[in-house]
Amino acid sequence: MNIVMRLAWRNLWRHQRRTWLTVGAMMFANTLLVFMISMQFSMYGLMIENTLKLFTGHMQIQAPGYKDDQKMRQTVADIVPLAASLRAEFPDEKIAARGQAFALASSEDRSYGIGIFGVEPEFEPQVSSIPGLIKEGRYVRGKNATEIVVGAVLARNLRVGIGDELTLLGSGLDGSFAAAVVTIVGIFDSGVVDVDRNIAQIPLGAFQDIFFMDGAGHQVVISAPTLDAAAAVLPKIVAAMPPGSDLVVHDWDALQPGLKQAIKADMSSAFFMYGILVILVAFSVLNTQLMSVLERTHEFGIVMSLGLKPGQLGRLVMLETTLLGLIGFVLGAIGGVLLTSYFGVNGLSIPGMEEMAANFNLPTRVYLEATPLSVVIGPSVVFLFTLLAAAYPALRLYKLHPVEAMRTN
Amino acid sequence: MAAVRCVDLCKTYRQGDQDIKALDHVSIEIEPGGFVCLSAPSGGGKTTLLNAIGGLDMPDSGEVWVADRRIDQLSKGALAELRLSSIGFVFQAYNLIPVLTARENIEFVMQVQGVPAAERAKKSMAILEEVGLKGLEDRRPAEMSGGQQQRVAVARAIVSRPALVLADEPTANLDSKTSDELMTLFTELNEHHNTTFVIATHDQRVMGYAKRLIRMLDGRIVDDIEQHAA
Ligand SMILES: Nc1ncnc2c1ncn2[C@@H]1O[C@H](COP(=O)(O)OP(=O)(O)OP(=O)(O)O)[C@@H](O)[C@H]1O
Ligand SMILES: [Mg+2]
Repeated sequence: MNIVMRLAWRNLWRHQRRTWLTVGAMMFANTLLVFMISMQFSMYGLMIENTLKLFTGHMQIQAPGYKDDQKMRQTVADIVPLAASLRAEFPDEKIAARGQAFALASSEDRSYGIGIFGVEPEFEPQVSSIPGLIKEGRYVRGKNATEIVVGAVLARNLRVGIGDELTLLGSGLDGSFAAAVVTIVGIFDSGVVDVDRNIAQIPLGAFQDIFFMDGAGHQVVISAPTLDAAAAVLPKIVAAMPPGSDLVVHDWDALQPGLKQAIKADMSSAFFMYGILVILVAFSVLNTQLMSVLERTHEFGIVMSLGLKPGQLGRLVMLETTLLGLIGFVLGAIGGVLLTSYFGVNGLSIPGMEEMAANFNLPTRVYLEATPLSVVIGPSVVFLFTLLAAAYPALRLYKLHPVEAMRTN
Repeated sequence: MAAVRCVDLCKTYRQGDQDIKALDHVSIEIEPGGFVCLSAPSGGGKTTLLNAIGGLDMPDSGEVWVADRRIDQLSKGALAELRLSSIGFVFQAYNLIPVLTARENIEFVMQVQGVPAAERAKKSMAILEEVGLKGLEDRRPAEMSGGQQQRVAVARAIVSRPALVLADEPTANLDSKTSDELMTLFTELNEHHNTTFVIATHDQRVMGYAKRLIRMLDGRIVDDIEQHAA
């Protein structure tokens, strides 16, 4: 073993209790950081997945400007064949076409303005969880059937049930008057109030007939197996757009800007707290290392007199801190993984998170997952600040004078 | 070439409103293979002079040359290098490294020099035997008597065969028999390896071994005599 390394290791265990107290502070901070960050990342992942799974998908093909203006005439032409050809080209992705219009939906005694979506009943269940959330009746079937499924809140507001008829009034693609009578075949309950109050779905063929779409629609929804896979496939989808078309492909970020903002806001408030924790730990290390350097002044005088250079002494102190930091890193990371895994198996329900849970369609019990990133990120920052904190005592050694140092006791 | 040359060294300490001349225009020249005793009453400037020669402390004025190299203007790093490679120190207080065992203390300088482990072990075990500490190699300083610690310090200073050994009261804690053994060891090194010794001491017995005796008083050299070993 290198002599500086040996000295560092021995010095570390010279004051066992002090070393363990410092390591304990690091370990506590690291365990907490790993757990909290793993929890956050797990929540964010769920938030994103659940929100996108409900209706939005990982990406959508739309006409330019549609995302912001939602004008009826910003269409995707020949949308069903387009979706079919993409399906053939991208077998791993789930793909479904939709049309969207606003209409006045009237029951016998009430009327509400709602969003009507034309869907492909065959493919819609692959990109959206709404078809699976039917709590009464069934989902729409066939291409052209004049059937409709509505959200639970809307059904209650309209005072309708399965088998009742709704009259839809709106305007078609060409601006002409569009009207139809459709039969309610199912009621879904997603738990997201906005969706359950404002959305109704009918087969895409019927939608195109009612609103004079001439084969067009408004969005092709695409879901990849994972978020990462979605990011990877996006450029390929862009490349597969029909030549000469001006269609655009939006990723989930653009489709749900609120989602990322909510995550960012949550993250920055959390990271502010973590920052304070890290600084507290750094000061405790600074205190320990400064004390340990000061009390060894005499000894440092000896080794300098024997021919150790100030730089080597500085390295000694940094090495001691590195060892200290590594022990804290490893123990803290292990502690964090264990704690996170416990809640990975048993789940965690967070008091006070019900509102956020409802907004982002989260389950009330979350099963946490520790990823390499969530485990390493917190302890790494602690480690870095630990080294920074030790730099001051280490640099002081450059000013040490061997004879004066040996005089002190 | 001189092993050590001091030219007109002065060093003044301020204590309260009093100036203490620890070195007062000291000039000496020591040949390679010299065996010199510095003797002075307490406070006479012995330690100050040894520290100046070893580059541990800077004089206020004057020049210090070691092996024909002027050292009072070298950087801290260069001085450390010089001490590591060619000077062995025995300090007035034992000054061992508390976390290292006797043997590790002795091997310290060689380790920093990068001497291979096997060679280190051979040399340190041999020197432990020579200073009469065989069997104590794994003790830490706190587990040894003052005299034993002193001998470890001596062993550490001479084990890597430096060209110059500066020893400050090396026999202060030793009984007369052990002192004699130590001085015999020094004499042998001096004769066989031409190691230059500068030894500060009060001890009449130690002075008897010296080839040259320099007496100081209040920072000045008052006497400088060649003598023949008893
Ligand atoms: N750092 C210091 N601050 C103030 N005065 C000092 C300092 N170092 C030495 N002195 C003074 O300088 C003078 C010479 O000291 P030095 O240590 O060289 O004496 P010495 O001959 O080694 O004495 P001793 O035999 O007691 O070890 C003394 O008067 C001492 O008090
Ligand atoms: Mg002295």
